[in-house]
Amino acid sequence: MSEASVAVGLHGVVKRFGDVVAVDNLDLDIRDGEFFSLLGPSGCGKTTTLRMIAGLELPTAGSVTIHGEEMGIRPPNKRPVNTVFQSYALFPHMDVARNVGFGLEMRKVPKEERSSLIDWAIDLVEMGAMAHRKPAQLSGGQQQRVALARALVNRPEVLLLDEPLGALDLKLRHQMQHELKELQREVGITFVYVTHDQEEAVTMSDRIGVMHDGKLLQVDSPERIYEHPTTRFVADFIGQTNFLEATVASADEVVLANGDRLRLSTDHDGGAAVAVTVRPERLTVHGRDEAPVGAHSLDGVVDSVVYMGNAINYTISVDWMHLEVRCPATLADDRKYEGDEVTVSFDPDHASVVVG
Amino acid sequence: MDVVVEPGLEHQAERARSRHGFLMGLPTMIYLFVFFVVPLGFVVMYSFATRTRTGRTELAGWNVEAYERLGETVVRAVAFRSLWIAAVTTILSLALAYPLAYFISTRRPATRNMLLVGVMIPFWSNFLIRTYAWRVLLDSDGIFTRIMSGMGLGDGRILFTNNAVILGLVYGYLPFMVLPLYAAIERIDWSLVEGARDLYASGWSAFRRVVWPLSKPGVIAGSILVFVPSFGAYVTPAILGGNKKGLMGSYIVDQFMDARNGPLGSSLSVLVLVVMLMGTLIYFRQGGRSL
Repeated sequence: MSEASVAVGLHGVVKRFGDVVAVDNLDLDIRDGEFFSLLGPSGCGKTTTLRMIAGLELPTAGSVTIHGEEMGIRPPNKRPVNTVFQSYALFPHMDVARNVGFGLEMRKVPKEERSSLIDWAIDLVEMGAMAHRKPAQLSGGQQQRVALARALVNRPEVLLLDEPLGALDLKLRHQMQHELKELQREVGITFVYVTHDQEEAVTMSDRIGVMHDGKLLQVDSPERIYEHPTTRFVADFIGQTNFLEATVASADEVVLANGDRLRLSTDHDGGAAVAVTVRPERLTVHGRDEAPVGAHSLDGVVDSVVYMGNAINYTISVDWMHLEVRCPATLADDRKYEGDEVTVSFDPDHASVVVG
Repeated sequence: MDVVVEPGLEHQAERARSRHGFLMGLPTMIYLFVFFVVPLGFVVMYSFATRTRTGRTELAGWNVEAYERLGETVVRAVAFRSLWIAAVTTILSLALAYPLAYFISTRRPATRNMLLVGVMIPFWSNFLIRTYAWRVLLDSDGIFTRIMSGMGLGDGRILFTNNAVILGLVYGYLPFMVLPLYAAIERIDWSLVEGARDLYASGWSAFRRVVWPLSKPGVIAGSILVFVPSFGAYVTPAILGGNKKGLMGSYIVDQFMDARNGPLGSSLSVLVLVVMLMGTLIYFRQGGRSL
């Protein structure tokens, strides 16, 4: 990646709070113009990472660059980024227009230019009718939009968003996810989005960085993260999955716990304990010995069946573990019932080797 | 089920509940009525009464003469001097208390409580005694005087001047300024300050545009709590002040005692009361809640 295309560079970034290591030696390049999500459970260090980019927190060690420029100990007001806070942090004593204009006012943008920019930003988030309301007179979703306008009006080089949809109800959250993505395309600003909601990250992002215990575990497209996780944590955190315990035999073969050999490429050393992960919807259920050629198959017995409307979930016990399988809801004659002897199969291309 | 809440039962229960509240408050209300409302009524009545030639107050021949006398030069001078001293006391208290309140409210919770107790410790000894202690300190051979003259800052003789009164008032009422300021600043959501900093505000701008306006209820509450008692102060000017007739509190006492002019003393008291009420009204108009 060339220097110019990196919007935010984090190199060897460490943040300690007393004895606690919040962010542990983080290396990450966020590309210019991309929608990048930092995803992880609470306490994984994602918000701390965001705050270090904003300058609200200073790294214990390492370097933070924005468009190649070293940020060092520069205070937040001297950085070309803006933040949408989880609590929105709208100024309660100012109306919408003055909230939105605050950053411009601080940068001493001339009054006429300021008011046309304020109008642009308020229109962008469709809050024109509310320009003279105080934050307390707005709903959560409206406050969210104002917070977004207040940040975007400054045309930051990078927009930082700290769980901005966390306080909204599910329906509104879905709508705002869509709007945020549209907005990002429209303004073309790099978004760095912190969330613990894997669905949110998967649907909105160009790339996702999954964090756990202060470490960045994997950075990839949503598809790669979902289909080919590299660690057990990532596989488990992003949706439901099955883990088949295995041992590495060679660079392109692993041995499952039942002795089956499976052709899967891995860069782990021979003999290493790993797991093969397969998503429930990547498994198919057949009558005993009806599995297609080329797929890997395992014999088992149906343990339970849960009808989900658009899908059917089976729990199938093979001789050393239980497998979760999700099938599209099918006609009655294809359905399996508790106690049926079946064969479960999967295409090795849909499986990944993980450690951890 | 056969058990049904009959119509009217609900209202009976509600009435009983509000009656219980009333009964619990009753003793206090009686106390306040007898020792506060009734005497206040007397003061108002006296202010419209007649002063006989011998100095007795006669509850007859109602007139507003005592109020007309409020316009006299002497009275106006006393009122303005008292207003001035109360204003200076308030501004000095605010200037001293704000940084302290800010400091306390930005500490960790455990430290905060310790510091707050520290602010309140002076209240544990008697106000009169503390004021007399100032008299000792400010005496011509007291520590204050010696330090001031030792540093070459004049002879340091401020005892029995208005400056000594202001010093005593600021000392006495400072906690009344610190506590509401602390309460207001402590309530401010610090992510607002981070938000301002993120939006290109310097530390000073963030204070001026966010912290200060949001702490205003505390500023107003503290100012009223200091201004109002300073305006009618009696003890401090009597002990530390020189010209005893110079301020409102002592002037009112003089009317009742030396001048034996009950109606004037009463009308002056009503004036002080009105000033205090106005202050309180301003406070509530500003949307303040924490007193």
